[in-house]
Amino acid sequence: MPDNYFARYLPILIHFSLAALLATAIVLLSWIIGYRRPTRAKLSPYECGMTPVGDARQRFSVKFYLVAMLFILFDVEAVFLYPWAVILRDLKMFGFWEMLVYIGIVLVGFFYIWKKGVLDWGGASTGRGEV
Amino acid sequence: MVPITTLHYLVVAAALFVLGVIGVLTRRNVVIVLMSIELILNAVNLNLVAFSRLYGLHGQVFAIFVITDAAAEAAVGLGILIAFFRNKETVNVDEVDLLKW
Amino acid sequence: MSLAFQASQALPRGTDYLRILPELVLSIFGMIIMVLDPVVDQRRNQKALGTLALIGSLAAIASTLWQARAPGLAFWNMVQVDTFSVFFHFLITTITAVVILTSYEYMEVQQIRVGEYYALILFGAVGMCLMSSAVELVLIFIALEISSISTYILAGFRRRAAISSEASIKYFLLGSFATAFFLYGVALMFGATGSTSIPTIEQHLRSGSIPVLAYVAIALMFVGLGFKVAAAPFHVWTPDVYEGAPAPIVGFMSTAPKAAVFAVLLRIMFQIHAPGRLGLIWVAAALSMTLGNIGALVQQNVKRLLAYSSIAHAGYLLVAFAALPQNGIPSAMFYTASYAAMNIGAFAVVSHFGGAGERYVTLEDYSGLGRRSPVLAAALTLFLLSLIGIPITAGFFAKFYVFSAALQANLVGLVIIGVINSAVAAYYYLRVIVVVYMHDPRDESVLPAVPLELGAALAITALTTIYLGLLPGRVLDYASRSAGDLLH
Repeated sequence: MPDNYFARYLPILIHFSLAALLATAIVLLSWIIGYRRPTRAKLSPYECGMTPVGDARQRFSVKFYLVAMLFILFDVEAVFLYPWAVILRDLKMFGFWEMLVYIGIVLVGFFYIWKKGVLDWGGASTGRGEV
Repeated sequence: MVPITTLHYLVVAAALFVLGVIGVLTRRNVVIVLMSIELILNAVNLNLVAFSRLYGLHGQVFAIFVITDAAAEAAVGLGILIAFFRNKETVNVDEVDLLKW
Repeated sequence: MSLAFQASQALPRGTDYLRILPELVLSIFGMIIMVLDPVVDQRRNQKALGTLALIGSLAAIASTLWQARAPGLAFWNMVQVDTFSVFFHFLITTITAVVILTSYEYMEVQQIRVGEYYALILFGAVGMCLMSSAVELVLIFIALEISSISTYILAGFRRRAAISSEASIKYFLLGSFATAFFLYGVALMFGATGSTSIPTIEQHLRSGSIPVLAYVAIALMFVGLGFKVAAAPFHVWTPDVYEGAPAPIVGFMSTAPKAAVFAVLLRIMFQIHAPGRLGLIWVAAALSMTLGNIGALVQQNVKRLLAYSSIAHAGYLLVAFAALPQNGIPSAMFYTASYAAMNIGAFAVVSHFGGAGERYVTLEDYSGLGRRSPVLAAALTLFLLSLIGIPITAGFFAKFYVFSAALQANLVGLVIIGVINSAVAAYYYLRVIVVVYMHDPRDESVLPAVPLELGAALAITALTTIYLGLLPGRVLDYASRSAGDLLH
């Protein structure tokens, strides 16, 4: 065991450089040795054998953004459950009620977006609010 | 033997902080500006967790709050950005120009 | 040290909840409005939602007064109710109520039919109240974010107006950038002292030599908070945001969050005995006064003019922070209260006069207002005179106390800069008054009558302005007692 702290990581460094070397070598070799006869079909983007249709940079519905935003919010709200779960026993019933209140508040938010029609993906939105 | 000390974490955090500040000040795309702000918040988290080594769990709990806050901020920011995009059809900071001195 | 350990020591008691009662009341009303909004018919019930919010803020005022009888610490020394926090709670909840009163007509005229507006005002008020009673940097940060995020959204509430959403995005980007600075400062302070509790930090800094990290931390926190109160050199967002945001909201966000952030600054600067306070404050105060007033001189838009004036007033207020604690704290508190009264009043006039889509906001539009609507003109004149600092208005005593506190701390340079600036400021406020009374109206059309709610808001702000200008004694006494509480 070498006594330098970083020296212990030397094998990993060697591993990384070997991997990088190998990858570069394979790509380079095929680039140097391989034939290149481009045709129209070969140059088109590969989409599982289908003929590509249109530009990939389309606009898509704002609903996707909304769902993404709501996902972040509700996802991260759950993070408080972890520290709570760790000390649940110390907190006794107090912790239980507090977490119930917390989840109640999250549910209020859920009820709100539901009534606003954000979760409604069917054609005409029934919610009155526009976002 | 060079042990990784708290100072090392602080240097990394400071580097992240500077990167974030540079990003906010130089980038045009609002989304990237937002990401730079998140970078600063992550620098803060790194600091807090590093200091936790010295002072106990407090810092880690704080980090959880910072993460939650960052998520709320990002969601609100994207919402505001969508509203802005509907009016102006752009996400570039230098086209946020209706209001001038 | 760990939270788990503390929690197992003692669980919160009923009095703990009493000490966050105003926040609880505001949150509950906010949530009720939020849930009712999509359920009820907005076209008919918007006003009802507003009234519910008004009741909520009045209940918060009542619970503040109730809470004032039982001061003390709560929730593991994170919240402190004392005369200081009660002062700011009362101020913020009153501002909330008055702003809701000014919003009724505005929402009607601008055809904004969403009840979340009122819910967001209440949620913002929750954060601001919590900021003034929190004695824990983590809690202060969370409260700051509750208030900021609500105001980011409120700034963009005229969604169809491009300038409003632009104001919102500018405010959001710069505001969250500023919060990140504040947060970095908090993290470094935690590192420097091993605690985020203000009393513990104070003891730690007093006991030993002050670590370099603490200086950096204070500077970073000051940058973050300076952004929020629109102090130069962090003021660039102010005119743009104030121009674009809905007028009642500008009245709100130029007073309530500012008052709350100033409360936090008072705690950080005086309760912690922040190292390096004098230098930071000196530069920021001098710059804010000068840049704010110079900027205001050339404005043609009344909202922008008031925005620059708001920067300048943040500068005057910061002068108090450079003074000695026993004079500085009460004078700063008195200043926030009187500035709130006169500025909300001014923006109430602006929001009524603006009309649909806020069309009439330039100085020219105001010409002949004295003939078209004597009441509005008189109210506006009163608020502007108070902003100048003419005797018998609140602005006079506010400036007087701040400058005399600064003189007692031998800050002659800063006071001279302040007095010169006040003289310069008189020019642009008087220009508005001259336009209102001396110029011929460009448009003889009859102005819509002032509705009851707006009239009430104007009456409250005008009477407060005059009351503080004639009898400042009681408020100042209370502020002095708060200062004593803050310093024990």
